[in-house]
Amino acid sequence: MEPIIEVQNLVKRYRKATENAVDDVSFTVQPGELFALLGPNGAGKTTTISILTTTLSPTSGSVRVAGSDIQRDATAVRKTVGIIFQKPSLDANLTAEQNIRLHATLYGLYPFRPTYATMPAGYKRQLEELSAVLDIEREVFKPIKTFSGGMKRKIEIVRSLMHRPRVLFLDEPTIGLDPSSRRSMWEYLSKVRAETETTVFLTTHYLEEAEQAQRICIINRGRVVSYGTPEQIKGQLLENYLLLDADDRDRLLAELRERGLSPSGGPPFRVPVNGRSPHQILKSIETPLTVVRVHAPTLEDAYLAIVEGGRR
Amino acid sequence: MAANAILTIAFRDLVKLLKDRTRLLSSFIFPFVLIALLGGMLQAGFGDRIGINLVAFTFTGVYIQTLFQSSALGVISLLEDRENDFTQELFVSPVSRYSIVFGKVLGESLVAMVQGIGIVVFGLVVGVHLGVTQIAGLVVVGLASCLVGGAFGIVILANLSSQRVANQLFPFVFLPQFFLAGVFAPIQGLPIYLEILSRASPLRYPVDLLRGMFYSGQPEYSGVVVDSVALNLVVMAGMFVVFLVAGTWLFVRNERNR
Repeated sequence: MEPIIEVQNLVKRYRKATENAVDDVSFTVQPGELFALLGPNGAGKTTTISILTTTLSPTSGSVRVAGSDIQRDATAVRKTVGIIFQKPSLDANLTAEQNIRLHATLYGLYPFRPTYATMPAGYKRQLEELSAVLDIEREVFKPIKTFSGGMKRKIEIVRSLMHRPRVLFLDEPTIGLDPSSRRSMWEYLSKVRAETETTVFLTTHYLEEAEQAQRICIINRGRVVSYGTPEQIKGQLLENYLLLDADDRDRLLAELRERGLSPSGGPPFRVPVNGRSPHQILKSIETPLTVVRVHAPTLEDAYLAIVEGGRR
Repeated sequence: MAANAILTIAFRDLVKLLKDRTRLLSSFIFPFVLIALLGGMLQAGFGDRIGINLVAFTFTGVYIQTLFQSSALGVISLLEDRENDFTQELFVSPVSRYSIVFGKVLGESLVAMVQGIGIVVFGLVVGVHLGVTQIAGLVVVGLASCLVGGAFGIVILANLSSQRVANQLFPFVFLPQFFLAGVFAPIQGLPIYLEILSRASPLRYPVDLLRGMFYSGQPEYSGVVVDSVALNLVVMAGMFVVFLVAGTWLFVRNERNR
């Protein structure tokens, strides 16, 4: 299947900058996938997403979104993408409905009309449906100024789906949202993905969000550090290990070394699992143990290892 | 689709103005001060000696100046949109960049024309005579001034980085034009260096165009009008096209090539 996003050797250096904000980044996204671009602040996530959505020009490299080149066919790309920016991009002087209507007419979905009442029935229906799903039917005619951060995000989601984009870009979408808003936003996005096969491209520094993705690209200081499914990344970067301790430490250490288990650190001593099973290892140890812990890496461990590695 | 987008963008600005009562009020006070107070004082001091009614003279000048400036500053407020990231929403849409800019210019022109109504009312209150040709002139030239002013705003905007910088522009870009364009005093017989600066001021042409129509057939005509209607129209049309195209190109390039 042809990828819906193809990024090859993307480089971006801002004017008057001495370093590349994005430095030779390549990845692909499959249609219908939930793809996460994960990295600490300043890693180049927003820069990457701005380039993919044609609001920023690249320094070099090639990017294709939904079959169109972002530089040669920018208009074609814009028709097929929706984006929710990091900062709310709503006009605070207007009501929610006016903001949505502006988007709908801007994208040529419905003709311009000065008031809600004069808009075509199709628009009103679509608005009703989307508002009902997000539970904002009563608020949709109120001014944006009166909305909380979570509500504004919901309006932005409604707005960005009006033109039924093939790819929805989300730049750190849950920043500043309280846990219940965050959850309801994710529930809604899951529903959208299930019903419409929209590809979702997300940047985040929240690991629990990235962990839900089918594929993750970890980026640090403008470079791709790791790329693959969450399982692949965890497997590549970190080992399963055991933590062991005993009353008679000298005896334990000697035994571990004898078995070729290379203990390190501690106490408790860290013993890499290295393809064997924890059970086999434990069976082979005779010294009575006081501490036995099996450590399976989480994405957070992998991520922190990368970020700290990058800092050194 | 382009017309749809242009109307949508223009209408948004109109809605914002009509909701912003402080802005509506302050936009009437400045012209009032200029026409009634400054104009009245100039008339009392110099009017009889020059043989020109300076209240009417100031009225025509201030009317065009206000429309021109209001459109220009309104367009420059796209910078504020950019700071609130609203321009992202516009620029990520599949609408041509020229439509976006033209929509903004049109919207701010409509906003300025609404303010123009207030100025005309003041004019009547302070006794300026307005016949049919005068009113036609005010409407047509008024709208043309807004469009040129808006386009002028785009060129300036393309070179600025923030709304704060834009707010400091007034003494450099707009205030000199008050004098060079003949808003308050006739600009005939200027020394060569002022003549050159005057011809380089975009505001000069719409002001003179309005006066050409306003004073046509009246004895004061030769004292207040400097160029023919044709010349002014051609220059204004040229400025509009050049400013709009060059300004949009520059603005879009600066937005994307950060």
